[in-house]
Amino acid sequence: MNQNLKDFWRYRFLLKELVLKGIRLKYRKSYLGVIWSLIEPLMTTAVLVVVFGTLFNRSSDPQFPVYIMCGRLLFSFFSNGTKGACKEVRRNSSMIKKVYLPKYLYPLSNIIFNYIIFLISLIVLIPVMIYAGQAPTLLIWQVLPALIELFILVVGVGLILSVLDVFFRDAEYLWNVITMIIMYMSAIFYPVDRLEKSGFDWILMYNPLYCIIHQMRGGMLGYYVTAWEYIYPLVVAVIMLVFGVVLFKKKQDDFILYL
Amino acid sequence: MAKNKKRVTLEASHVSMKFNLNQEKHDSIKEVFINLFRHTDKRKEGEFWALKDISFKLHPGDRVGILGLNGAGKSTLLKALAGVYKPTEGVVTRKGKIAPLLELGAGFDKEYTARENIYLYGAVLGYKKEFIDQKFDDIVEFAELGQFVDVPVKNYSSGMRSRLGFSICTAVDPDILILDEVLSVGDAKFRKKSEARIKEMFEGDVTVLFVSHSLEQVKRICNKAMILDHGELKAFGDIEDVAAIYQELIAGDEEVLKKKAKNMRKTRKVRRKVRHRDAYLLMKNHNLSLDEIFDVMEVPEAQREKFEEGIKRVEENQKKKAQMSVKVDGENGIDNNTGI
Repeated sequence: MNQNLKDFWRYRFLLKELVLKGIRLKYRKSYLGVIWSLIEPLMTTAVLVVVFGTLFNRSSDPQFPVYIMCGRLLFSFFSNGTKGACKEVRRNSSMIKKVYLPKYLYPLSNIIFNYIIFLISLIVLIPVMIYAGQAPTLLIWQVLPALIELFILVVGVGLILSVLDVFFRDAEYLWNVITMIIMYMSAIFYPVDRLEKSGFDWILMYNPLYCIIHQMRGGMLGYYVTAWEYIYPLVVAVIMLVFGVVLFKKKQDDFILYL
Repeated sequence: MAKNKKRVTLEASHVSMKFNLNQEKHDSIKEVFINLFRHTDKRKEGEFWALKDISFKLHPGDRVGILGLNGAGKSTLLKALAGVYKPTEGVVTRKGKIAPLLELGAGFDKEYTARENIYLYGAVLGYKKEFIDQKFDDIVEFAELGQFVDVPVKNYSSGMRSRLGFSICTAVDPDILILDEVLSVGDAKFRKKSEARIKEMFEGDVTVLFVSHSLEQVKRICNKAMILDHGELKAFGDIEDVAAIYQELIAGDEEVLKKKAKNMRKTRKVRRKVRHRDAYLLMKNHNLSLDEIFDVMEVPEAQREKFEEGIKRVEENQKKKAQMSVKVDGENGIDNNTGI
């Protein structure tokens, strides 16, 4: 373990370089550059608000844009982070085949890069809050555990996926389908009360991603969420992380034979 | 080996490396399910040991040439020593900074400029940022990039790319240097420069591992050598001794090859003779004309003249033999039509 920490410290500059590489290359040659990470969620949220606001008769609800924005931003980080990490080991196979490196740096750097873009994009919540006429309350601290739990969860899931993808190329496509299912189970663009009426709200309670999104919404819109919604996603995230780290450590020496 | 009782920089102890040739078959979940229902484990059949129980110790100042024919396991050994492969059995111990010059420039990001790639590649090799800052100008100058520093690498020629790779990899003062036929980078001028740079690195207490097919090059650079053959370490010691063994090995192989070629030529001759004899017998027993023979035996146009000569030779031989056998045992009446 001590050796691993030493390795991590030794390669911290590489981690930084890889994160920077992701950020630099993402918006290279686009005129608006990093501003896109603000415009894009703003525009897609506008579409979602118009479509689902009309569909669920929520057009008059001033909180609805904030509701959708929170869900969309958090889910898109979950989706981008895990999907990116999934491909990352194979994408860098030419390097891994050549020099010794701690291989987890690749999925980890990809997740950190997506996390930074995600944190930047959170800025768009400010104009949306102003538009909704929603002043921030003291309960905004709930955002912080949500962001931390989400990061741990994505790192755990991302590590597991990046291992699976080396051995089964199918993992990538399968995960695309699963993320779509998770999206529909996370109440991103529909109001929760619809699900409560039909008695399927237990799906939400056992979906760690929904619990995290709900914390975030609670923070922004000023209401408390239950203790379950704090603790349950944290427990799942930590289990995923531990499982991911153990799996990665056990399998990383075999990567080279399958790349 | 005993003369150098200094510290050990690189040690391989009982290193073996196994590859699974059938691993490709396990790429998709479908295949895994199919294999679950298969009774025989196909993977066992495809086992291949690229390295078998290799042990040696290297000290500072050892410059070891690794000799061996294609497929002897040279590159696998280098990768195992560099830490890219984890040996299936055995342990590799490395002490100090290691600079692997394997397949230069393959790890560049094509969208990145040379400037950015130098930092990225440097970080991959485990250099610190301050160190790269300090060496940056040297690297660019040595690679002869000039005004192209801020151009994406995808627009570089392959020569420029490998020059940049070489320049970054050799910017350090490593304790262990691994060279895999990298001395043939770029044009003649750059090759001279790169050989000079590598010679420069030799001064000091560096341990060098060098793979090349050219015995000349190995002799020029190394003071020790080892021979790999089908994954086994056949010889390890001072360059002169090992080079002599290697030359013998290669000479032995050449002799075998020569014998084989001779045999092949012989069999071809025999086969031609048989055909000529068949043709002669056909002509004699079935009263076929020469043209009909060519048709039946599918003799190409170009070879017909030679074929005819061959038949005539057989005819003469037959006549001679017939006379001989008449002389020796005429009364026994040997059937001269079918026997030779």
